[in-house]
Amino acid sequence: MRQNLLQRLVSSPEGRLAIIAVAVFLAMVAMSPDRFLSWQNLTSMAFQFPEFAILALAMTMTMLTGGIDLSVVGVANLSAVVAALLMTRLTGSSDGTVVLLLALCAAVAVGMAAGLFNGLLVAKLGLPAILATLGSGLIFTGLAIALTGGSAVMGLPAAAAWIGNATILGIPTPLILFALLAGGLSLILTRTAFGMKVRMFGANPLAARFAAMDIDAMLIKVYVVSGALAATAGMVVMSRANSAKADYGSSYLLLAVLIAILGGVNPYGGYGRIIGVVLAVLSMQFLSSGLNMVGVSNFARELIWGSLLIFVMIVNTWRPAGRSS
Amino acid sequence: MKIDWSRNETLVALVILAFCLLAALSDPRFLSIATLTDLLRGGIVLGIFAVAAMLVLISGGIDVSFTAIAAVTMYVTAMVLNAVLPWLPWWAALGFGMGVGACLGAINGILIAGFGLPTLIVTLGTLSIFRGFMLTFIGQKQITTLPPGMREFGRMMLIRGENADGSFYSLHGAFVVTVLVIVVTWLLLQRTMLGRQIYAIGGSVESARRIGINVRGVQFFIYVYVGVLAGLAGVIHASMARVANPFDLVGLELSVIAAVVLGGARLAGGHGTLTGTVLGVALIVLVRNSLIVLGIPATWQSVTIGLLILVGTGLPAWQAKRAAARAA
Repeated sequence: MRQNLLQRLVSSPEGRLAIIAVAVFLAMVAMSPDRFLSWQNLTSMAFQFPEFAILALAMTMTMLTGGIDLSVVGVANLSAVVAALLMTRLTGSSDGTVVLLLALCAAVAVGMAAGLFNGLLVAKLGLPAILATLGSGLIFTGLAIALTGGSAVMGLPAAAAWIGNATILGIPTPLILFALLAGGLSLILTRTAFGMKVRMFGANPLAARFAAMDIDAMLIKVYVVSGALAATAGMVVMSRANSAKADYGSSYLLLAVLIAILGGVNPYGGYGRIIGVVLAVLSMQFLSSGLNMVGVSNFARELIWGSLLIFVMIVNTWRPAGRSS
Repeated sequence: MKIDWSRNETLVALVILAFCLLAALSDPRFLSIATLTDLLRGGIVLGIFAVAAMLVLISGGIDVSFTAIAAVTMYVTAMVLNAVLPWLPWWAALGFGMGVGACLGAINGILIAGFGLPTLIVTLGTLSIFRGFMLTFIGQKQITTLPPGMREFGRMMLIRGENADGSFYSLHGAFVVTVLVIVVTWLLLQRTMLGRQIYAIGGSVESARRIGINVRGVQFFIYVYVGVLAGLAGVIHASMARVANPFDLVGLELSVIAAVVLGGARLAGGHGTLTGTVLGVALIVLVRNSLIVLGIPATWQSVTIGLLILVGTGLPAWQAKRAAARAA
């Protein structure tokens, strides 16, 4: 039976997400017509969402294997702190572009090392991902506190503001960064052997073991990638806040989990599409900005996020992702 | 007495002993009644939380919303009692808290038992819902005048005394509540069918279902029970602190879970003892209170707790892996 466009759109989870994104956008426009649709707001949103969007990408990676990475915010902060400390100690050239590049490399290296730590805990020690990343997240945050003494690292060189605040050809840099990362991750997950192994393991760990897959190596790589992504997110936050602190973005953890689940990623593993995550990110950003405009407080936002998470999960149990079409 | 080295409880007990030894060596004043009452006080609220968290872990789930339940309960209790029921005696105030906690726990129960949703993510969601709801619709200001019932409870001391140097030490009566909670939960787990059913569900949900256990009913009960305990802990906390601060308590979840997994409860479910949990709480309280005595700055506290979680779960996990590899 031939389905028309609308039916096909509704039957796929990503199609439903697109509808939700559009619906949220329209609702927010309706609540503040002239302010929400302004160019200033649209660019402002484009600057804001990559911070948590990249974290959501990191969360997606680990969720696909049936695990979770609760340490992403800790890793982001630790990498940002390391990078910021590096930049404030090594003031080389006057505008600091070289120093910035060094700091970026250092941050990603820290993220990858953290990811390696997580991966070893989960793969080699066989710790459940929840506990491993819960514990490691505490350690990373603690290290960041120890490095900064609890206060923010400030006084970054001017170049540091580039990642989070500049535009290339009129498009905000963080947006470009996110698009590149999302595109790259999508390619890795769908077109490489590694991506296939990730999804296979998530779908059926036992079968993966019997298929003689090198599970340990794959899991370690997944957590390393997650750590690197978290570090990148940390750099964007640092650039936009022009400082680094051990406890930035603490509410982003819930948001990252919410976005991943909203985006159709199955928390038990095996299913998840990047386009779904992107649509979920957009929906959350529209919601966030729109609610901010009507004066909804931070706490109410927490309430809405929590309710949305539960609501989406309930809906998913009645229409599990990947079963339709 | 035969010592079973493979069990978490033994290791934790040893670490506690070593810790106390080190602390006593570095500061002889450590071995005093004042320190003991300090530690016991630190363990009152944490202990009740840990018993609740342990129950969930045994059943194979994980709950991070209990601190939010406690915070909301204590705030609502203080508010409602001040406004409409100021004549309630202390034990009724505690009961009220338990009731509110039960309702909140029931929400978790409906979502997890009724809809079958994954426990970590559901409780992450309800944590935000409870806290967000309270801070948005109920209030954000501290309640500094507690209702008479709670104030009365706050003044109940079990032991009171004076040190050699003139400072006071005391142990709050709430300690009795914690002990009661531990005893009641022990009876529940070890002496009732319900307790065995909880362990069974944690061991294997499908097997439990097939031998006729009402899995959903038991799960619902667990989360309501956790809510009751969390509510109780919240009201106690506010009474002891003499103030109801809506921003309190949330953030303790990790320390609580650390205490419980250190004591031998496994995330996969089916394992966990009250002895282990109590020892775990003791260790966490020791760490939190005594890092200063040992000269370790407070900034390293979260690192230490994180390390403890990892070591506490890593060692048995690694042992299990080696055992499985040898058996294969």
